[in-house]
Amino acid sequence: MSETTSSRKLDFTPVGENDRDAEQIIRPSTRYWPEVWKRLFRNKLAVLCLTIIGVIILCAIIMPFLSPYKFDEVNLLSSSLKPSADHFFGTDATGRDLWTRVWIGARASLLIGFLGALTPFIIGTVIGAVAGWYGGRIDMIIMRVCDIMLCIPSMIYMILILMVMGGSISSLVVAMAISGWMGSARGFRGRVLQFKNKEFTLAAKTQGASAARIIFRHILPNILGNIAVGLSGAVPGAIFMEAGMAYIGLGVTPPNISLGQLSTDGITYFMSASKFHLFLYPSLVISVMIFAFFMFGNSLRDALDPRLRDEEYNAKRMRKIKRVLRREARRPGKAVV
Amino acid sequence: MIKYVAKRLVISLATVWAIATICFFLIRLLPGNPFIVANPLDITNADKMMEYYGLNDPVWMQYVRFMNSLLHLDFGYSLAHAGRSVNEVIALYFPVTAQLAIQAMLFGIPTGTLLGILSAYKRGGTIDISTQLLTIMTTAIPAYVLAAMLQLLLSVKLGWFPASGWETQKYTILPTICLSLGMISGHCRGMRTLMLEVGQQDYLKTAKAKGLSEARIIFFHQIRNALLPMVTNLGLEIAGLLMGSFVIEKIFSVPGLGKYFVNSINELDYTMAMGLVVFQAVVVVAANFIVDILYVLIDPRVKLD
Repeated sequence: MSETTSSRKLDFTPVGENDRDAEQIIRPSTRYWPEVWKRLFRNKLAVLCLTIIGVIILCAIIMPFLSPYKFDEVNLLSSSLKPSADHFFGTDATGRDLWTRVWIGARASLLIGFLGALTPFIIGTVIGAVAGWYGGRIDMIIMRVCDIMLCIPSMIYMILILMVMGGSISSLVVAMAISGWMGSARGFRGRVLQFKNKEFTLAAKTQGASAARIIFRHILPNILGNIAVGLSGAVPGAIFMEAGMAYIGLGVTPPNISLGQLSTDGITYFMSASKFHLFLYPSLVISVMIFAFFMFGNSLRDALDPRLRDEEYNAKRMRKIKRVLRREARRPGKAVV
Repeated sequence: MIKYVAKRLVISLATVWAIATICFFLIRLLPGNPFIVANPLDITNADKMMEYYGLNDPVWMQYVRFMNSLLHLDFGYSLAHAGRSVNEVIALYFPVTAQLAIQAMLFGIPTGTLLGILSAYKRGGTIDISTQLLTIMTTAIPAYVLAAMLQLLLSVKLGWFPASGWETQKYTILPTICLSLGMISGHCRGMRTLMLEVGQQDYLKTAKAKGLSEARIIFFHQIRNALLPMVTNLGLEIAGLLMGSFVIEKIFSVPGLGKYFVNSINELDYTMAMGLVVFQAVVVVAANFIVDILYVLIDPRVKLD
C-alpha cells in the first residue's frame, strides 16, 4: 500500500499545503535566450563545432600573415614537395605553398559563405516585408514573381550570372542573392502577415512608429530564432555551392583562390601518390568547415525549440520515477504498483 | 481541376518565357565579339559571321527571331563549332543523361525511402545512425570529392567497376551510385521526419485504438501518409539530378549533356550554353508541372481553390 502511494506521490506531487503555495510555479522560470544559450552550450557537439569554426576563421585571418610564403609566389625550385616542416601542406606544381593557399582560400570560402547567406536573406526580408505590410496588388505581383523565380533551378541563375560577370567572390554573391531571395521573402511575408494585426503592432502604430520601425524593431525580433537557424543552414550551403561551381569551371578566377577551387585543382592528382596532398588538404579543410557549420546549425535548431525543454524535463522525471520503481522492485516480498 | 491544370500550365509557360528572356538579354550583355573569342578570326571575317548569324540586327528583332525559333523548338546554333546545332547536341547527348538520371532515381528513391522507414522504425538503432552518417557525409563533402573517393576505392583499388567511360551497362553502375547518393540521403532524412510526424497524428491513435496490428498500422496508415508529401519533392529532385550530372559526368567522362554543357562554358560557346540552359529549364519545369498535377490526383485532402 505504502509502495503505491510513494510512486503516486512522484506522479502527482502535491503543490502545497495551503492555497498560497498552490499558485507557485514549480518549474524554474527562465527567459528564452539565456535558456537557449544554456542548452546550446550543454550540447558537446555544438561546442565542438563552434570551436572548429572559430579555429578555421582565426587561421584564415592570421595564418597568411604568419607564413613566410605568399599564396601566389611561384618557386619552381620547390615544386610538388610533400608536406614537411617548411611547407606544412606541401607545395603545388609551381612551388606555391599549399598551407598559405589553403588559408587564403578559406578566407574566400568563408566570405562567400557568410555573404552568400546574408545578402539573399536581407534582400528577401525587405521584399517580403513590403509584400506582407502593404498587401494588395504589390503583394500579388511580388508573390507571382517569386513563384516563377522559384520554379527555375538556382544552378541556372548561378551559371548565367557567373558567365556574364566572370568568376569572382562578388559575382558569386550576386548570383546567390538573385537565386536565393525568394525563400526568405516568402517566409518573412508570412511572418509579417501573422504579426501585422497583433496588439503590440497596434500599440507601436498608435505611438506613431513608421512601418519600417515596426517591421524591423517589433516584428523581426520575434522570429530571430528561425532566422538564426535559416542562416546557419545557408552558410554551409553557399560554401558547398561555390565548390560545385568551381568544379564545373565557374569558380573564382586565378590568381584568386578559394577552397573549392583548390580542391577542384587537386582532384586531378588524387590518384598520384606524390601529389595526393594537393587533393587531400583542401578537400579536408572544406569538408570539416561545412560539417562544422552544418552540425552547429542543427544543434542551434534543437536549442531554439522550446518544446524540447518540456521533453527534457519530462524525460528527467520519467527517469526518476523508473529509478524509484526499480529500487522498489528489488526489495523482496513487496508488490510494485 | 481543369482550372487548376490551366493555372499551372500558365505559370509553367511564364517560367519558361522568363528563363528564355533572361538568357537572351544576358547573352547580349556579354562584352566582345563571340567569334573572336571562340576562334581567332580577323575583324572582317568576324563581322561577316556576325552578319551571317544576324547578330548585327537591332536587339528587338533578334529577340523576336529568338522567341519565334523557340516556339518551333529550335535552340539555335553553336558559335564554337560551325554547323552544329543545339538540337543536334541535345538529341545526341540527352538520352545518356536521361538514362543516368532515371537509373539514379530508380535506385535512389526506393533505397532512400526504405532506409528512412527503417531508421524511423528503430530510432537510434544501427540503421538510423549509419544513415545519419551518410547524410552528414553527403552534405559536408563536395560531390566531386566523394565521387573521386568512390572511384578510387571501388574501381581502382577493388576493381569492381570500370573507372570511367560509357560503353556497356557495367560502366553505368558507379556514376549511378554517385549520382543517387544525395538522393538517398535526402529521401531517407525526409522520410524519417515524415514517419515520425505522421506517427503523432490522431488518425494513427485511432488505428491503434481500433486494435489493428502494428504491421498493418505501419504499412497501411503510417507509410502511405508519409509517402504523399515526398511526391512534391520529385520536381526539385529532377532539377538536382540534372545539375548533379554536370559534376558526375565530368568525373566519369560520361558523354552526356552535363559534360557537354561544362565544355561549352569552357569554350565560351554562349549560344550553346544558353540553349542547353533553356532546354534543361524546360525539362525541370515540365517535371514540376507533372508533379503538381500528380499530387492533386493522389492526395484527396488537397483543396483546389
